[in-house]
Amino acid sequence: MENIRLIEVREEILSDNRDLAREIRETLCRKGVFLLNLMSSPGAGKTSLLIRTLRALREAFRIAVIEGDIDSMVDAEKVAAEGVPAVQIRTGSACHLDAPMVEKALGELDLDHTDLVLMENVGNLVCPAEFDTGDTRKAMILSVPEGDDKPLKYPLMFSICHAVVVNKMDCLPMFDFDLEVFRERVRKLNPGAEIFPLSCKTGEGMDRWIAWLEKAIAESRSR
Amino acid sequence: MHELAVTEGILAVVLRHAAAGGASRVVTVRLRIGGLSDLSEEWLARYFAWLGKGTVAEGARIEVERTPVVFRCGPCDRTFDVDLKAARDFPCPFCGGNDVSLVSGREFFVREIEVM
Ligand SMILES: Nc1nc2c(ncn2[C@@H]2O[C@H](COP(=O)(O)OP(=O)(O)O)[C@@H](O)[C@H]2O)c(=O)[nH]1
Ligand SMILES: [Mg+2]
Ligand SMILES: [Zn+2]
Repeated sequence: MENIRLIEVREEILSDNRDLAREIRETLCRKGVFLLNLMSSPGAGKTSLLIRTLRALREAFRIAVIEGDIDSMVDAEKVAAEGVPAVQIRTGSACHLDAPMVEKALGELDLDHTDLVLMENVGNLVCPAEFDTGDTRKAMILSVPEGDDKPLKYPLMFSICHAVVVNKMDCLPMFDFDLEVFRERVRKLNPGAEIFPLSCKTGEGMDRWIAWLEKAIAESRSR
Repeated sequence: MHELAVTEGILAVVLRHAAAGGASRVVTVRLRIGGLSDLSEEWLARYFAWLGKGTVAEGARIEVERTPVVFRCGPCDRTFDVDLKAARDFPCPFCGGNDVSLVSGREFFVREIEVM
């Protein structure tokens, strides 16, 4: 019988995806394109925020949309109605977008004439957190009805995002969501994350979010 | 969930290193996965058995070492483990303060493989 040998590996499991994501990020940076990866559970408000953001920034930037949510025929129609270039990723049964899917979708856009790509990831707080997509910034949305304990349930997602949007603030009186407790929990996991309480329904709090995004876009260009 | 895609990633890493090491068979795959990652070990093993068929990793045993989620208290400058699934809040166990921040728990790699 042959001897058993040990091979030291020490390699990240998703290193192929990570390497491609880095390549995408560099290409986008070189072309001056900002890619926002928008993640949340189903129904938290990705499409709503995407459309609000689109409307607020369409005068200032040439915007395109990547729509990656599984059951998003309706979403695709809403986006198409806004009259911006949009690519629909057919994720099939995949529970997240990964770098190869995003690379392909970006290939369908005219990146030389695009400043900002808003990307709706698959509705899920677990899987998209593991897969870098080559995005310039990661943002997640938690909606008030989901509860302030979600950072404890989905710590990885909260730990990787640059921005955490708390949507449906108009519903706050109906729920026992404690914004201060929530802030504390997020801060422990990710002190650098900025938190944006807002309502896509009333528009309350939207200004701060838009200002953050504009600043992030400016920063990415000055590098 | 994402176990299938993750298992494809694991197999790719394992096969690359097995080939580089001139292995004819992979006996064991040892992973190190932090407590922040949600992974079902049962599904990982099932997918690996299925995806590995016809490769040198066919029939390999998967061993997962789970590393804890660790926080550091700023004022105390001491670290402590937290089970986020069980805890509602996690003040510093030494001073009771809340000035704590995440240190580790995101490990997600293939540590080593046993081959023949
Ligand atoms: N009350 C309230 N409802 C909202 C708000 N934002 C989104 N919704 C509703 O929540 C539902 C899901 O929103 P959608 O944007 O499709 O979520 P997605 O699945 O994450 O894309 C829709 O019925 C929206 O009208 C908000 O700020 N307040
Ligand atoms: Mg949607
Ligand atoms: Zn302390």
